[in-house]
Formats: sequence, C-alpha cells, structure tokens
Amino acid sequence: MALERIREKLTILADAAKYDVSCASSGSDRTNTGKGLGNAKQMGICHSYTEDGRCVSLLKILLTNFCIFDCAYCVTRKSNDIKRAAFQVKEVVELTINFYRRNYIEGLFLSSGIFKDPDYTMERLVAVARKLRTEENFHGYIHLKSIPGASDELMREAGLYADRLSVNIEIPTKEGLKRLAPDKDHKDFIKPMRKVKNEILQYQSEKKVIRKVPKYAPAGQSTQMIIGASGETDQQIMYTSQFFYEKFNMKRVYYSGYIPISNDNRLPALGTAVPMLRENRLYQTDWLLRFYGFGVTELLNADHPNLDIDIDPKLSWAIRNMQVFPIDVNHAEKELLARIPGIGMQSVHKIIAARRHRRLGWLHLKKLGIAMNRAQYFITCASKEFEKRDLTGEQVKRMILQTSQSKYRKFYNQQLQLFDA
Amino acid sequence: MNTNHHTLTYDESFEGFLTCIFYLFERKLERVDVVKKSLFHQNMFSTHLEVLTDRVQAERVCRGLKKRLPKNEYKRLYAAFLSEQTEVERLLVAYIRRLFTSKRSFAGDYADDTVLQLTQLARKVGREAHRMEAFVRFKLTKDGLYYANIEPDFDVLPLVGQHFKDRYADQRWLIYDLKRKYGIYYDLQSLEPVTLTFSNASSQSDVWFDESEQAFQTLWKDYFDSTNIKARKNRRLHLQHVPKRYWRYLSEKGGGM
Repeated sequence: MALERIREKLTILADAAKYDVSCASSGSDRTNTGKGLGNAKQMGICHSYTEDGRCVSLLKILLTNFCIFDCAYCVTRKSNDIKRAAFQVKEVVELTINFYRRNYIEGLFLSSGIFKDPDYTMERLVAVARKLRTEENFHGYIHLKSIPGASDELMREAGLYADRLSVNIEIPTKEGLKRLAPDKDHKDFIKPMRKVKNEILQYQSEKKVIRKVPKYAPAGQSTQMIIGASGETDQQIMYTSQFFYEKFNMKRVYYSGYIPISNDNRLPALGTAVPMLRENRLYQTDWLLRFYGFGVTELLNADHPNLDIDIDPKLSWAIRNMQVFPIDVNHAEKELLARIPGIGMQSVHKIIAARRHRRLGWLHLKKLGIAMNRAQYFITCASKEFEKRDLTGEQVKRMILQTSQSKYRKFYNQQLQLFDA
Repeated sequence: MNTNHHTLTYDESFEGFLTCIFYLFERKLERVDVVKKSLFHQNMFSTHLEVLTDRVQAERVCRGLKKRLPKNEYKRLYAAFLSEQTEVERLLVAYIRRLFTSKRSFAGDYADDTVLQLTQLARKVGREAHRMEAFVRFKLTKDGLYYANIEPDFDVLPLVGQHFKDRYADQRWLIYDLKRKYGIYYDLQSLEPVTLTFSNASSQSDVWFDESEQAFQTLWKDYFDSTNIKARKNRRLHLQHVPKRYWRYLSEKGGGM
C-alpha cells in the first residue's frame, strides 16, 4: 500500500537525518507573494520538541541513505548493514507541502548520502528546491546541504532557492578527518563553502545598487562539528569555529556530542555516555564569542586548553581575571557589563535602560533578574554594601559552587553519585 | 477634581477599557478602579458607574497613546491587556496616567514596579502567542477548510491572525479558541471573527475530515518518533518546552483534537 511504503521510507530517512542537529528556521524574512504558500519568519518557529529536548521546526530528511563513502562516525556509511531507501523528488515535495499547510513545520531540511557522485546528488537536491519554489509557489524555509565536492554552478543555483546552505565538516582537525574518513579530502568541504560565501557577498553588494536583486541564501551558511569522537581539545574545536566564522562568514557553528553507533576501535565504544555537558559548555563559549564580545584566545589558550566542566566559561574567565572587577553597574559601558558573571545580555540592556531613570541598588538589580549568587562578588552599585574582602578567584569559585543549584551537579560533584539515565 | 472613590465597569473589550480611560480623564477622577463587568462586586464605599463602550472616545485615547509611545511599546500595552489578569487594569491606569503627565519617556524604567509588571505580563502573552503560532495544528475538512482548535492561557487570537493570513494566503482556514468560544476565519480575502455551535457528534469523528487527513497525522507521528535521539533523553527539558496542557492538540503527543 502506498501509505505503508511512504511511512517506511520516512522512518528510515528521518532517523538517518537526526544526527545533523541544525534545526534553525530563523534568519530569513522571505515574504509570501502573489497568494502563494507560506513565508519565513525572521526569528523562526519551533513547532514541536523531541523527547531529547531539541526543537522540531523543519522536515529534516535524507533524500537517500545510499552512500559511496565510508566515514567511521556516520550511521549511513557504506560498510554499515542497514536498510537503504530513497525518496522520489515528488514524494518529498508532497510531504513538505502537506505538512506545511497543516502548520507542522516551517519548511524543509534536505540532506543526502552521496549517491553515484557529488554532482549527481546535489542536482537532485536542487531539483526538489526548484520544484517547491517554482511549481508550488512555496515561500517557506528551505535548508539544503552543500554536498562536498559539488560544482560551482550547482552551488550557485542552490542558493537561489534555499534560505540556508550548510556542509558539516564533522571532524575539527585535518588529522582526525584523515583517520576517520580516509576517502574524504578536507578541501572538498571548503569548495562549496567558498563558492556560497562569495555568491552571498556578490548578491549583497548588487542589492545595494539594484533593488530587484533575488534573494540568495538569506540565512547564510552553517556547519557542524562532532564533539568527543577524535580526541580533540576544546581549544582545537573553538579555534576551528573562529576560523569558520571569520573566513567564511558562517552564521552558526553547531556542536554535536558524539553518539556511539559502532564498535570501530577508532572511536568511543558503544555505550559511552554522550558528552552533553561538554557540548553545553562549548555552546556557552560560542555565545560568548558571538554576542558578548569575547576573543577566543581569552577563553581558550595554551595555558587553558579545555573549558571548565563545573562552571560556565564566563565565570571561568572572570575568576582568572579578578583585576577587572569590581565593576560599577551604574557607570560601566556595555562591553564591561557583559563580562559580569550572572548578567546576561538581556539584563545588560535592561540595566542600561533603567539606570537612565535612577541609580540602581541591590534590590533593583535583583528585580531585573540578575543572578545574584554569582554577580555579587563582581559588582558595586548604589549601596554602601558590597564585597569588601580581597578574595582570590578560587575562593570566589568555591563560594559560588557551594550555594548554586546547577542541574549538572551530579556530573562534577566530588562525592560519589549514581548517574541518572 | 473628584475625590470620591469610583469603580468603573466595562464590557471586557479593549475599546471598552479605553472608553473608561477617556471617562476618568474627562471627569478628572482621582481615585478609580477599572473592573471587568463580570468580576464586579458592589462596594458601599465606592460609586459604581457602568461605562458603555464608545468607539469615538476609545479612538481618541488610542491616538493619544500612539502619539506618545513608540509602536512596539503600544503593542506591549495591548498584549498586557490581553493577559486578562485582575491587576492589569490597575497597572495600565497607573502607566497611562504617568504617560500623559510626565515630560520624559519612561519606557525603559524597569526598576519601576508598574513598568516591570506590565513588561512581564506582555512577555507572558507574547510567549503564549508565539507558542500558538507553533502549536496550531490544522486538519483538512471534507470541504477544503483547514480547521484548528486551541485553548491558550491568554486571549492571543487577536495577535496571531495576521501571521496565519500572511502565511496561508491561498487556503481557507479557521482557528477556534475553545476556552473563549470564538474564532477567526480566513476566506481567502480577509479575516473575520466567528462563533461556532458544535452539534452532539464528536469533533474528533472522521466524518468531518478529508480522507488524507489521518494519513498525514500518522506520517507526522512517524517523523516525530524517528527524529528523536534516545541516547539524549531529557524529559525535564522536553516538558519545559511542551507543557502537558498543550498535548491534547498535538497529534504527535497522542492528541489530535
């Protein structure tokens, strides 16, 4: 029966796509034109959430899980004995349109195993996007994978239909890639990234002169790195991130804790815990780079090549740089306020807006939602009370940990704890 | 200047509320409570006045507010009003009094209790509206209408109609608030408020829906189950994002109303 066959394909090809954690549907403000179907919201919408807590905003599937490569960390590698399936272009289009009309999704996220060769595969992906945009008049979000090694001409066309393009480098270091995916060349990842970056720049500069320039990949590019598969340090990971943000104008880098899927001795064995806390700390560091004005060398360097597990990276930086504190919240500039542990960017803006009307004291700050148990050691305000003891960074850290209620406590608590599932 | 205490009641609409504002400024009432008609209790220390909604007066107040407030600030006041919380009228009256009498803009004065509470209410309503944009699940009926039920915490229908109109410009749809017993309907041209009466036949019966509807709900559940990574199970985070009170309307969580 036709429904049974589609159900089987969908189950196989959605399961295979879930390791690509990018789920964003934001960054594009594509509007509906001429009574077409759909639009894209600048902030994105998460229509549901899986039981692992991640958002579901797109129909994320592989076009096929046949693949000619044999990367050790990938569940669809050539040598893995699993059920293989492939969608037809029109099946993908029909699923997307029907899910979209029911408000299940913001759009489509289409990836694929590499079937025959990169260009053959990329051409099929572009065909789906083209059909959605031109025949179905679809204005929702489309995220296409850039197949490593795909030709420039195909990448140029892909960006005209897609909102975001991404290619996952997966392994942060060249040596790691050689060890785990010997038949892949890191230059193949760079090629489509560079082409898309240059096309985006070109369309953006044309738009300044000519109004009616078509949108080209408005949500930019992203990439993903697997954490914990190749024995890399946090410094190696974040320096790689910084490289991609700087040289390729990446919009996002995603970090995905390695989920063991085989008993290959090059990788952590089946049953090894997923490094979720480390992944969380890396995301916090990524945020500090992009929104808080930190430089990557301030947070990770030869003296400090790995992030602290028991405290967040901003607090970690603060206790190693006590000479910067205390900061007066009523007079400090935005960049300094952002460096105070316990004060997030939203609170920074609130402080700056509120202090125009009155000088802020402890009670005001507490009402604004600042995490007092951390911030109190690092600030002064309109009050005679403040931290007067000359505390070292380590002393402050110990005092904060004693009074805090981190949900990750069981992972770093020195006393014996039984791990929850 | 009238120093008696007055209680003004209104018909629970935003226009009604603005008419009350007009009234209390016109009569220069110092001590006033504005209360929804249905929540009013007779009080011997206060003169009760039922204010009839007046379009023209409400418009004047509205224009006065918009002149003194940036657009998003005005929207925030409206969103706070839609929270239907009992203290919101008192907060809005205090805020509007300050707005019409003070020289300086005070929108950013988050250390002030009134501003802070209104901001928090507006944020709660905004989040619920965003959740509705996410959790509305349309079902295709036999006559080509895409229909959805919702039961939001706050009255967010006025805030989400435009979004669905822009997005689903080429399909007829209807979103119905079961709690507040009204909905909005899009007929390919414009948005209309509607009320429905339900017959005894269950609204879940397959009789009403297109034959493909069940198939797509099944496929959606298949997709939802397949995309989950069991090794990263985090029930607490999951419930934080999708509180149980929304599960009735999400077919992937076993609902499908």
